[in-house]
Amino acid sequence: MRCAKHLFPMAAAAMMVLAYPSESAAQTPPNVLIVGQIAEPQSLDPHAVTAVNDFRILMNVYDGLVRYADGTLEVEPALAESWEVSEDGLTYRFELRDGVTFHDGAPLNAEAVKFNFDRMLDEEHPYHDTGPFPLSFFFSAIENVEAVDELTVEFTLSEPYAPFLSNLAYPTGLIVSPAAVEQHGEDFGRNPSGTGAYRFEEWASNQRVVVTRNEDYWGGAPELEAVVFRPITDANTRVAEMLSGGLDLMVEVPPDAMNDFRQADDFQVYEQAGPHLWFLILNMREGPFTEKAARQAVNYAIDKQTLVEDVLQGTADVASGPIAPAFAWAYNEELEPYPYDPERARQLLEEAGYEGDTVTFYVTEGGSGMLDPVAMGTAIQADLAEVGMNVEIETYEWNTFLDRVNPGLEGKADMAEMAWMTNDPDTLPFLTLRTEAFPESGGFNSGYYSNEEVDELLNQARASTDPEERAELYRQMQEIVYEDAPWAFIANWKQGAVTTAAVQNFGLQPSFFLMLHDVTKQ
Amino acid sequence: MAAYILKRLLALVPVLLGLTLIVFLIMAAIPGDPATAILGSYATPENVERLNQQLGLNRPLPEQYLLWLGNLLEGDFGRSYSLNRPVLDEVLERFSATLILAGSALILASIFGLLAGIVSAVGQFGWTDRIVTFFVLIGLSTPSFFLGLLLILVFAVNLGLLPASGMYAIYGGGDLPDLLRHLLLPAVTLAVVATGVIARLTRTAMLEVLRQDYIRTARAKGLSERRVVYLHAAKAALVAVVPVIGIQAGFVLGGAVYIETVFQWPGIGAMLVKAISTRDILLVQGGVLVVAASYVLFNLAADVAQSSLDPRLRR
Repeated sequence: MRCAKHLFPMAAAAMMVLAYPSESAAQTPPNVLIVGQIAEPQSLDPHAVTAVNDFRILMNVYDGLVRYADGTLEVEPALAESWEVSEDGLTYRFELRDGVTFHDGAPLNAEAVKFNFDRMLDEEHPYHDTGPFPLSFFFSAIENVEAVDELTVEFTLSEPYAPFLSNLAYPTGLIVSPAAVEQHGEDFGRNPSGTGAYRFEEWASNQRVVVTRNEDYWGGAPELEAVVFRPITDANTRVAEMLSGGLDLMVEVPPDAMNDFRQADDFQVYEQAGPHLWFLILNMREGPFTEKAARQAVNYAIDKQTLVEDVLQGTADVASGPIAPAFAWAYNEELEPYPYDPERARQLLEEAGYEGDTVTFYVTEGGSGMLDPVAMGTAIQADLAEVGMNVEIETYEWNTFLDRVNPGLEGKADMAEMAWMTNDPDTLPFLTLRTEAFPESGGFNSGYYSNEEVDELLNQARASTDPEERAELYRQMQEIVYEDAPWAFIANWKQGAVTTAAVQNFGLQPSFFLMLHDVTKQ
Repeated sequence: MAAYILKRLLALVPVLLGLTLIVFLIMAAIPGDPATAILGSYATPENVERLNQQLGLNRPLPEQYLLWLGNLLEGDFGRSYSLNRPVLDEVLERFSATLILAGSALILASIFGLLAGIVSAVGQFGWTDRIVTFFVLIGLSTPSFFLGLLLILVFAVNLGLLPASGMYAIYGGGDLPDLLRHLLLPAVTLAVVATGVIARLTRTAMLEVLRQDYIRTARAKGLSERRVVYLHAAKAALVAVVPVIGIQAGFVLGGAVYIETVFQWPGIGAMLVKAISTRDILLVQGGVLVVAASYVLFNLAADVAQSSLDPRLRR
């Protein structure tokens, strides 16, 4: 017994020693920003990754030729000071900023830019094997990149492709240091070098990625000394870490925690709607949704306001059409979301001749941008039951779900959840609403929507080099799609972030990227 | 003894081989492939095929498996596409973190489990027995992820005494006291259930031993009660408890999956969960191989320990 009697006080003493804050556990170092996100990056090679989580780091370490202007999705100069587009939309000529160097000291020049795109696109390129480059198809229209002189680079496209500039502003278009790629080969993703406001310092696997101030940044050195990105997968733990003072900034805040932080004085809450759309694909090849009236009925029957307020706890806005309002320049302001009107829905269903057939509804358990898919699916099922629609849910794990939905809904389901986040208003409708984008032709038009007018408008918009004209074409397209209702338009996600009161000059971007150049910490 | 250990080690080879084959087949059978997982919404058939080719996943399945096996025999575990680094580096780093966590949990569980079991057996049906049994039952039935969050809430958020997550401080730190401060909460959380199991088994084993004739003889010889309990009885009871500790080692390794996620401990459990969801087959294979091998080795170690405690088992 004596043994036991001694052990407990000993353990208690040990606990006290350990627990005693040697240097306050719950304080982040001065002038260093600690960011909590959901996972560690897959790689810090911007051409090799696809996740927003990784983009948040990359946008601060690299620059592209162009970038989105603060608070918008409109393109402005970055590494390129200016550019010219030829009449036919096939040639883009960029003048590069003079005197910019990569973090490893190599100069940024036209040859370096050429190297970047050749590495991604040319299978014969000596460093093509440092990939894979999953999003290189963003640039598949590029036929040739030429270094005209030291600071002039010219892209030749195989066909007019208006989203080209906004794709260059996407992380896949960030410019990496050729010298660093040559030095590190396939390990470049762990030894990154760019031109950005922060230079890569350290990546301790599963613990942190550290970037430090780039004193020579062409846009002026940032005030923060360093930024540390911490991966904390579990949302509750991330919130606990924020509350206990281990973080200065956290992203992907769970909806219920958002409300708590909003009421606390020591924290600042940020919200920003993004280029995201959550919708239901309706199968137009067979079953009830071959009738337009039945498709509109679904749009009227779903109480979207309640969905975003109660199920999503205010982390989304009600969507009105196929293009998210975040694309302010191309968004059709005149469209109002389909109102919640069960009476009208019942009427339309009757018009459509719907007689209570079972509607099969594919729901996913989770997935990028899917928000709270099971709860949302259930709420939608209840709303549709209210107007006499007999909906049967089938739930699948995300990868399995994609495997079933992407090849088309024919013979399987009448309705499926889906969400997209894009960087250009062209991407989503072009890949999912054209006749030529049917799954059998390799597109994502899983509900088989086909309207010649829409096809024509989208093709024209893609070929147009005049932004005003493009915007007008998209606005027309939105009106037609709204009326045809190939989807039920549900929600546009708002990104949420929380900072401590000490963090200043921070703002979220509609692109969902995290831009930390101007941020300070008191 | 040496021949026995060698035989057991040799038996490990077919076990692991079969295991990797099963894991490989399961990973191939579940829907969704790495390319779809990487591309997400952009997974057109065309893009998937192009990416699969770049990843070397367009070869027939048997060829993929044999290729992996061949490389493995040369000590090459392959490269994880989802982490862009060699599988072996990642697995070893993660596994050592798990070993630190699971090892400390097991030590805690063994010490407190044995003590609790002995104390309650000695005072059978007395108040110590009741109190200990009460706490043991509570420990056994508390879901560990819930306990983990509770401890974070109390010790990190409210009291601010211990860090909420991670293995080392983000700035400074990196030394042993820093590690211990981060280790305390997850190790205690992980140890709770195992402590309960070990305590209950120790109690039963002790009760049985305490009724044996030689214990009566020892008492009759006039030995002090402490000597009787801790030297004569506990040693015999240990024979029954040691294999259970070996089995608990396996459970602790398995339980580490939740705990690692809750405490953001950079261990192999959390890694495997992520590897499966991104369909990173090489990483899954490497991880499973190491975990399975260690599980078998733990059990072997327990068997060896048991037979060295009990001469009757040596023949």
